[in-house]
Amino acid sequence: MATSIRAAAEDGSAPTTAPGGPRTPAAPQRSAWRSRLYRLDLKASPYAYIAPFFLCFAAFGLFPLIWTGWLSLHRVDLLNQDVMDWRGTGNYTRLWETDQFWTALRNTFTIGVISTVPQLLMALGLAHLLNYRMRGRGFLRVAVLAPYATSIAAATLVFVQLFNPDYGMINWLLSMVGIDRTDWYSDTWPSQIAISTIVTWRWTGYNALIYLAAMQAVPKDLYEAASLDGASRWQQFTKVTIPSIRPTILFTVIVSTIGATQLFGEPLLFGGGVGVSGGSAHQYQTLGLYMYELGWPSRQLGRASAVAWTMLLILLLIGAVQTLIARRNRTKLGG
Amino acid sequence: MRTTSRPRRAAVLATAVIASSALLLTACSSSGDKGGSDGASSAAGEKITLTVGDFGTFGYKEAGLYDEYMAAHPNITIKADTTQDGQKYWDALTTHLASGSGLSDIQAVEVGYIAQATGTLGDKFTDLSKTEGVNAGAWLPWKSKQATTAKGALIGLGTDIGPMAVCYRKDLFQQAGLPTDRTEVAKLWAGDWSKFVDAGKQYQAKAPAGTFFTDSASGLFNAALSAETQQYSDDSGKLVYKDSAGVKKAWNVAVSASQAKISAGLRQFQDNWNSAFANAKFATVVCPSWMTGIISKYSGDSGKGKWDIAAPPVASNWGGAFLTVPKAGKHQKEAAALAAWLTAPEQQAKVFTKVGNLPSTTAGLELPTVQSAKLDYFGDTPTGQIFASTAKSIQPAPIGEQDGTVKTIITDNGILDIEEHGTDPAKAWANVEKLVDDKVNG
Repeated sequence: MATSIRAAAEDGSAPTTAPGGPRTPAAPQRSAWRSRLYRLDLKASPYAYIAPFFLCFAAFGLFPLIWTGWLSLHRVDLLNQDVMDWRGTGNYTRLWETDQFWTALRNTFTIGVISTVPQLLMALGLAHLLNYRMRGRGFLRVAVLAPYATSIAAATLVFVQLFNPDYGMINWLLSMVGIDRTDWYSDTWPSQIAISTIVTWRWTGYNALIYLAAMQAVPKDLYEAASLDGASRWQQFTKVTIPSIRPTILFTVIVSTIGATQLFGEPLLFGGGVGVSGGSAHQYQTLGLYMYELGWPSRQLGRASAVAWTMLLILLLIGAVQTLIARRNRTKLGG
Repeated sequence: MRTTSRPRRAAVLATAVIASSALLLTACSSSGDKGGSDGASSAAGEKITLTVGDFGTFGYKEAGLYDEYMAAHPNITIKADTTQDGQKYWDALTTHLASGSGLSDIQAVEVGYIAQATGTLGDKFTDLSKTEGVNAGAWLPWKSKQATTAKGALIGLGTDIGPMAVCYRKDLFQQAGLPTDRTEVAKLWAGDWSKFVDAGKQYQAKAPAGTFFTDSASGLFNAALSAETQQYSDDSGKLVYKDSAGVKKAWNVAVSASQAKISAGLRQFQDNWNSAFANAKFATVVCPSWMTGIISKYSGDSGKGKWDIAAPPVASNWGGAFLTVPKAGKHQKEAAALAAWLTAPEQQAKVFTKVGNLPSTTAGLELPTVQSAKLDYFGDTPTGQIFASTAKSIQPAPIGEQDGTVKTIITDNGILDIEEHGTDPAKAWANVEKLVDDKVNG
């Protein structure tokens, strides 16, 4: 009996004790306990090691997420959060019917496109240039990252001055080439372009460095082979560099999309006193700002939570579409 | 091999579990630490720091009052935390009140939000009526009534009131062929705010290039509305702005000013409004007493002596504020004493002579220093006399909890939209109603 237990324990299967069987001697029982502990150690320890992360994530990530979802089904006053009136999906249907939400969604999309697309294209070009062997390369690489290290508030304040319709430098420069006064503060497209400029300025260098790192991992012999085949610099860039760093490009596209969806600080600070409502006609109010306006100045936490969850769903949707496109591309390229 | 590794792994496992649970525990308990010290008053002589949160220009620092108080109370250090924009200040303050953290010991509240402070937020502030030196009867009756809750607690001590006049630039008026003497100027628009718009058209016809008659149609709206006895709310505090004759009239004045292009279309208290002062972009600004401080600050040396003050079309009040002491503060007793001192007639008079915020106490208004005050920046203009005489004829209108919210939407999303984008006024008004409904009906 005792030996059979040990054998069972040793080969890893569950030890079986016959009910009502004779008492097992002390020594084998001890070793069975040890092996049980050993198996527990083997199976549970990895979970224990990563537990701190998951506990933190549960407390500071998952719980707020679920709690926000729960709040979004209620009417909650910011100043009196203990009182929660059940509203079901009312906050979501109301969102669907509110023009301001659609304006904010549209603005988030347009500002996202006019900031992300030029930003990534410029970053790609910049990375390509920085990849050349040239004097002061190290300094230039640090320099392109400087905007990223600047605080949003400081950068936005400077841009607000630059874009001042009456006394700003940009209109002054434009007037020299004969372009009339552009109202960067209050007209829809100019104000959105101005905000996109701030975003582009801040993030181009960051993305350029990510591209640069990827480009440096591209094997040199690919370029040599290409030039032997008579490919020009441009052809080398489009035919060798771009396909080689495709996963990195996809990564930056995803990260920039998330950033664009959550855009908040730049339009808030750009608008000054009317920043929260994104200008007098909400012309540059993003979803992030709309959520803040509902939750804080309007004190309607439930509706703000509904916007937050809607933003999450939009991101998941975009993520799914991007994954699909990436997968299709991969199969097209043959793995 | 197995035997040596086992205890070590077990130890690691145990440590990990303990560490992670400790992390959770501390994370949970840290938020509960606050609030325990509520109401704890410090022993005499203990060094404490009092913070004062306000917006715009309250003038305490400018008038040297903080230094004076600190010299008299060596154990107290005063720190000021000033936000320029009143709306942003209030948004932050409500958030801080909700969470009970991030509050200053003294918090200023603007009259547009005082009904909300005495209503929904009433139990977040201490009752100051028992504070030594505080007598609710010292203020103008309507002023202290505004800061009293339904239960009778006085939660705010009046700082200033905003009797209104019109500040104008003599140099621009002269260039546009308008009179420059203040009594002559007042005759241009005496009696009705719509006459002010007419005077504006007259100015605009011969206006110096690049200048406008007034700064903002929203400012005009606030001015015209404040002369009305019915504003946003009725006597019970219920929101009636949609049918209010006062709101309708003020809206029409603002719209006609915007459509006649006599307004520079700026949003007040914003950077480009500030810089427009220095660049002499507009000839008039509706001017409650506290506005004189802003004018001298932003018009700077180049505008000194060029501004004058004329009587308004109709006497009215715009703005003014209160000092409150949130219950979440650590030094409520000391803070209340400081608030009482800052709002006493003598100190109010000092602030007035320095930055132009007119006293809200009856004694303060009658002090000779106030009556005969002249602001250096405005030359020989008898500012004290102009504002103090207007103060007497102010008819207070009922206020409600949502007044400030509605005002912000009408001025920032309604009138400013018309000014910036030429939106059709009917459409802009419909939009205002929609936004107010959305915001008020949580």
